[in-house]
Amino acid sequence: MKLTSTLLAATALTSMVAMSANAETIRWARAGDSLTLDPHAQNEGPTHTLSHQIYEPLIIRDTSGAFQAALATDWAPSADDPNVWVFNLREGVTFHNGNAFTAEDVVFSINRAKSDDSNMKELLNSIVEVRAAGDYTVEFVTNGPNPILSANLTNLFMMDKDWTEENDTVKVQDTDGGEVTFATTNAMGTGPYQLVSREPDVRTVLSAYDGYWGKDMFPLDVTEIIYTPIQNAATRVAALLSGEVDFIQDVPVQDLERVASTDGLTVKTAPQNRVIFFGMNQGADDIEADNIEGANPLADVRVRRAMNMAINRDAIQQVVMRGQSQPAGMIAPPFVNGWTAEMDAESMTDIETAKSLMEEAGYGEGFSLRLDCPNDRYINDEAICQATVGMLAQIGVTVNLDAKPKAQHFPLITNGQTDFYMLGWGVPTYDSEYVFNFLVHGREESIGTWNNTGYDNDALDAMIVSLASNTDLDARNADIAAIWREVQDQQIYLPVHHQVLNWGMSDAVGTEVSPEDDPKFKFFTMN
Amino acid sequence: MERLARVWNSDLGWSFRHSPMALTAGIVVLILVLAALFAPLVAPHDPFNPASLNLMNGFSQPMEPNAFTGDVFLLGTDDQGRDVFSTILYGMRISLFVGFSAVLLAMVLGITLGLIAGYVGGWVETIIMRIADIQLTFPAILVAMLIFGIAKGVTPVEYRDQMAIWVLILAIGLSDWVQFARVVRGATLVEKSKEYVAAAKMIGRRPGIIMLRHILPNVMGPVLVIATISLALAIIAEATLSFLGVGAPPTQPSLGTLIRIGQDYIFSGEWWILFFPAATLLTLALSVNLLGDWLRDALNPRLK
Amino acid sequence: MLIFILRRMAQSLLVLLVVGLVAFAMFRFVGDPIDNMLGQERTMEDIERLRDQLGLNEPFVVQYWNFLTNAVQGNFGISYRQGRPVAEIIAERLPATLELAAVSGAMAVIFGIGLGVFTAIRRNGFAAHAIMTISLIGVSLPTFLIGILLIYLFSVTLGWLPSFGRGEVVDLGGWTTGFLTSSGLKALILPSITLGLYQLTLIMRLVRAEMLEVLRQDYIRFARARGLKDRAINFRHALKNTLVPVITITGLQIGSIIAFAIITETVFQWPGVGLLFINAVQFVDIPVMAAYLMMISVMFVTINLIVDLLYFTIDPRLRADRGGSN
Repeated sequence: MKLTSTLLAATALTSMVAMSANAETIRWARAGDSLTLDPHAQNEGPTHTLSHQIYEPLIIRDTSGAFQAALATDWAPSADDPNVWVFNLREGVTFHNGNAFTAEDVVFSINRAKSDDSNMKELLNSIVEVRAAGDYTVEFVTNGPNPILSANLTNLFMMDKDWTEENDTVKVQDTDGGEVTFATTNAMGTGPYQLVSREPDVRTVLSAYDGYWGKDMFPLDVTEIIYTPIQNAATRVAALLSGEVDFIQDVPVQDLERVASTDGLTVKTAPQNRVIFFGMNQGADDIEADNIEGANPLADVRVRRAMNMAINRDAIQQVVMRGQSQPAGMIAPPFVNGWTAEMDAESMTDIETAKSLMEEAGYGEGFSLRLDCPNDRYINDEAICQATVGMLAQIGVTVNLDAKPKAQHFPLITNGQTDFYMLGWGVPTYDSEYVFNFLVHGREESIGTWNNTGYDNDALDAMIVSLASNTDLDARNADIAAIWREVQDQQIYLPVHHQVLNWGMSDAVGTEVSPEDDPKFKFFTMN
Repeated sequence: MERLARVWNSDLGWSFRHSPMALTAGIVVLILVLAALFAPLVAPHDPFNPASLNLMNGFSQPMEPNAFTGDVFLLGTDDQGRDVFSTILYGMRISLFVGFSAVLLAMVLGITLGLIAGYVGGWVETIIMRIADIQLTFPAILVAMLIFGIAKGVTPVEYRDQMAIWVLILAIGLSDWVQFARVVRGATLVEKSKEYVAAAKMIGRRPGIIMLRHILPNVMGPVLVIATISLALAIIAEATLSFLGVGAPPTQPSLGTLIRIGQDYIFSGEWWILFFPAATLLTLALSVNLLGDWLRDALNPRLK
Repeated sequence: MLIFILRRMAQSLLVLLVVGLVAFAMFRFVGDPIDNMLGQERTMEDIERLRDQLGLNEPFVVQYWNFLTNAVQGNFGISYRQGRPVAEIIAERLPATLELAAVSGAMAVIFGIGLGVFTAIRRNGFAAHAIMTISLIGVSLPTFLIGILLIYLFSVTLGWLPSFGRGEVVDLGGWTTGFLTSSGLKALILPSITLGLYQLTLIMRLVRAEMLEVLRQDYIRFARARGLKDRAINFRHALKNTLVPVITITGLQIGSIIAFAIITETVFQWPGVGLLFINAVQFVDIPVMAAYLMMISVMFVTINLIVDLLYFTIDPRLRADRGGSN
């Protein structure tokens, strides 16, 4: 009797070991949930992150931000026509339903992503036509030479044409309130994981796809993913500390030490592709947020420089961010083509010079100004603004802080209703052109849309527009450098810092932090 | 009338003096209110003046010199380098101001509407009590959120940061008048049928005078009890609104805002940022509640 | 009686309409959903097009009218955030909130009445005084702080109870329940304490006050003089007579349980309608906010109506007084 039970126990034990070798579940939490399973409906971080497990683009970025072949094996501009990019597709790839992945699916997916209701269409503006040249070759025709087209495709997911058409979900979304599209709650990709169940905002379960093309190329240690959003930061950390989850994103900076010093838990950090800065309305003759009548102190570059010098970035880094940030001197993250260490070091704290600049500009007595700040968007956004209030007070600028939820903050920028505001910017294309297009070019219908500074320089605008089709990379880089010089000299923005990403995880989980904050679980190791 | 009040007062005073719990609670509340009132004199720093803050003082431990600046703070500093002790005093000032004003608003509104409803009756009463019902069924926090949203929206953008406190008072006060109105109406209905009111009517007193001079004093007991408990509730409600992101501005934090900020540091070891404001709020609310308890028992002669 | 009910129903309908109007007037101040719905690459043209599509350029009265006409036909619109029908989302989330509210309500009633009776009988005892004072601590700290402290103690330090979510739930034909699994039951403990503490204190104090009141009534004195046992007096006579006001107040408190569930659900990531509402506010998901507010108004108006009808049947004396005015 005793023997039997020991034997049984032994068998149970071996089967458990065998189980754990085959089946590794990762319980994953972050602050927000994906908004939809439709890969073209939202251009937003958490949504793309979930899609990356189920769907795949032609090209992905690895944890260092470099391109890696995914559904395309190689890609290059066409030898015959500078306006055409040729992508060769991976063969033998199947969707989770067994359908083969072919050029037809790429053409279909790109056209779907270009449709009016897609939120991905702006990334594909330069594409005039996509055509299949054989089963495993696709040609992208652009409206002019586009040297950085591939950078726009890393979050552009491929759908199964047949599945999408069969389920009548070709249209991306129906925001005016008709029906729900099938793809919002169902998914059919080529990715390493397939959807098992999903309750939005509650729990999403994915399991490994047996027919995945990359079975021997990636660790694929994780065989099951249980994803639960946990909104409240303290609760999220508590769940990791108590071992209820294995992996969390968005660890509050103050809790990193606690997590790192807890047995069995690790914290990993990496610079994020996002820079935080303040924008100032310098274009208007008079602004509404200050106490100066008939003049705009922010229009004076000396005032802007003085304000830049008043901000003590090191103190913000050390105290507010607990070392988890990198002080910035320009509004481009270090990954971006055009970023230089010299320019990023240009913002120095110098209260004395700042005061004399204020004196010179005729504002020795100072002035008051309202600062609009979000309180639920960036890491410690409200605390950074608060610290800035204290720092600007040192040079006589009395700042009234108005901190509010992002849903109230961003419309102020969109509608030009703020004169001094915080904004963060990520550069998915890793190229300065993206920064210029949105933040430096004068505000127009479809360009300069986030430039709320009133800065509008026609000569510079022309240079920015010409970047898009300049295929001479050296000349293009020289132009980028020249534009940056102007942005720096005019002090159009007040850079604060580059954000640092923190992932907290159990010791068993092995991964590097990706600058896009999008864990791709096929790269994870588990032991 | 005055003599009555004096007797009533001294009776209450006797009961107060002979209840150790009430005495302690009363003294604690008095100390806290005085400390808040004279915060600028008591507090070593002015946490609401951003120019006086040094960010590098942030996260100083209580009674330990700061690693960068060497400054020492009695109860430590918060994430912005603000002296926690001073911030609590100033924050309590805001909490008490919001609490008192909100209760006052609720009381005035509730008493007025309750008196009118009870005395006048008819369709006026139907309308008032129907509105009261609507609001009672609507959770106070939701009503406060609604009012906060609307008030913030209609305030011109340049006044918003100064308006936040007034908006809070309005939001909490307007969400809390129903209790007063119900009690006052009920009591008014009872009093109205008594002889002295009939007598007053007979000698030609105007309804307004009758309500204020004759009926109101007789319903003040329960009103005071509700007011005391409402004060504690209003202070807590302000803290809750702050958690939901609609409280006092972070540059001029109330006790509730301080707790909301402090709870971010619950796991990180900076316990003093949460502990001291929370302990102060607990002491304050607990003492006020105990006073309310005692007041209810003392004003209910049948329980003696 | 019938006229009374009909009149009350008409009044309730009016209440609902007013609530909806106020809600729609407020939505524009919550923020603008457009920036949440479009990526950072959006153009000004996209913004205009989407605003038009969603009808956000219409005056709020028109938006409200559109909502009403659709709602009457059972269509509450599509959530801006999730792209799914609002009615479906709320139906998914409601069981979580109702189960939480039921457990914390039951806890509040059971412990509230028990402790209330105890503190009334042992009015001058040390234990009664201690309970009365300690119970005040529960209402002297904000709910969110109590939740966080419970998590800190029972999840992180002791590791006994889960810090978030509902645990394993069983789907019973559209109704998900956490009552049937041990992890589901465990997950209920901390949130229901957090949510029920305030009501518990309230009910306890109410029962105590009513008991004290009743215990000094003449008929109790007679009973005592007749030599009835204390236990019989306390429970058969006194408690029974305190229950009517307790039931009424408890009924009205269901509203505040549902409201405070917003905070409890946020702290514990409890997937109910309260968390849904907070998410909707943050995203400015107008269809979800509108439907939530309408839903709870219907719920509360109904509760109110039932309480009034109970009054009406239990105590005929109230008819003359309440019929017209309340």
